[in-house]
Amino acid sequence: MVSDTSTSLRRTPLYDAHVAAGAKLVDFAGWEMPIQYAGIREEHKAVRNSVGIFDVSHMGQVETTGPQALERLQRLTSNDVSKLPEGGAQYGLLCNDFGGVLDDLFTYCLAGTRFLTVTNASNHEQDLAWMQHRGKEFDADVNDRHADFAMLAVQGPSARALVEQLADGHLPPRFHVCQRTVAGVPMLVCGTGYTGEDGVELLLAPEHATHVWQAVIAAGAQPIGLGARDTLRLEACFHLYGNDLSEQWDPIGAGLGWACKEETGFIGSDVIAAVRSVGPERKLVPFVIDGPGIARQGNQVVGGGEVTSGSFSPCLERGIGMAYVAPDATEPGTRFQIDVRGTLRDAVVERKPLYRKDS
Amino acid sequence: MAQASYPADLKYHAEHDWARIEGDEATFGITWYAQDSLGEIVFFDAPAVGTVVTKDEQYTEVESVKAVSDVIAPLSGEIIAINEELSSSPESVNEDPYGAGWLVKVKLSDPSEVESLMDASTYEASLS
Repeated sequence: MVSDTSTSLRRTPLYDAHVAAGAKLVDFAGWEMPIQYAGIREEHKAVRNSVGIFDVSHMGQVETTGPQALERLQRLTSNDVSKLPEGGAQYGLLCNDFGGVLDDLFTYCLAGTRFLTVTNASNHEQDLAWMQHRGKEFDADVNDRHADFAMLAVQGPSARALVEQLADGHLPPRFHVCQRTVAGVPMLVCGTGYTGEDGVELLLAPEHATHVWQAVIAAGAQPIGLGARDTLRLEACFHLYGNDLSEQWDPIGAGLGWACKEETGFIGSDVIAAVRSVGPERKLVPFVIDGPGIARQGNQVVGGGEVTSGSFSPCLERGIGMAYVAPDATEPGTRFQIDVRGTLRDAVVERKPLYRKDS
Repeated sequence: MAQASYPADLKYHAEHDWARIEGDEATFGITWYAQDSLGEIVFFDAPAVGTVVTKDEQYTEVESVKAVSDVIAPLSGEIIAINEELSSSPESVNEDPYGAGWLVKVKLSDPSEVESLMDASTYEASLS
């Protein structure tokens, strides 16, 4: 019922800590990762109400350095990298020549000529090869840094206060990055996350990962698995590559037109500009199920379209998801039906995000 | 329940279902192993009373937060009752899989099928 794990899977530096904490481990993109510890609902609510820590060391890092590092990334990624200040963080897409999405990424500007880009685990090798192969005309090097970093996310309303009390100074504001010492360990602290809560992500040397993990837990954070990471991001309506984003869907239909600055001339920008002007064939909308049942990835929308993410919302206590639907059926409140394994379930288009603190 | 358990008075199917046999009727549910693998059950799509179920075939689904899973009938028969409580408290399947977390009661069409099911020790040995 869950994927068996085997010795061929890669493990993060925190593998032993996960086993000791009673985690249920599964194969995620070739990595043996914790899907849950205490239970998805309890972990989800811990992040919404206080603070949790995630091991996301399976995510990759690619460093771009050199006099034309900015220009090379401007060509490779969809957002306007010239607007990214030193110490800043920017969301963008890696697109193919046809405007299809190869990955979604955060890029951090560590110095004027040094950038670190975080990739999805399932795409890291392909992203690296693409980024090394394309944009060679610029005077900049693209290097794999995955083996040099463990990555921890500390998320929740209490996350910043918790990390700050272990740190040697103030934490960077949202969408910024800086060098800090936390729990005695030098690291990059990033004001980013994937939960819809405030918090930070920590990039540090793998040999210190267990020490920092244990220090953050000792200070009051609960370990959170990838199961709750998925329900948290879905309530926040953050895209998951492989579900809501792929080479099949264009960024405009995915609602990521804001992260595409076609005037920068990035790879795929001409196709994306055309899609923007004529409009996408399908648009991604968040929805809730009206009544019982849970739609899942791949369920078809009656009349055209499909669910790309579907799960149970621990906060709303009902089925939620995101689906690509016809462009004229995207107004909040629009009702539609989803074929959930042969049963038609009623769904309602909602506004982003599906969960708000005050709701 | 946190600890694995496989009561000796039940019969077990390899697809991680149990049956409590009472004459020509049986109660069905999923085993401790099944609920532990699935995680927190959040939805039980109860079949209708009167539905005919066939041994080794799917008769319903249970959903956890992360996945939907088919439930296989350990024996053949006709559903005579469903656990209505699960619509409001599906977590009973996790908390008490052999008690409050039962799924359906079935009038057996061929009680001799019981002979093909495993006893608790055989089932538990099959899990390792």
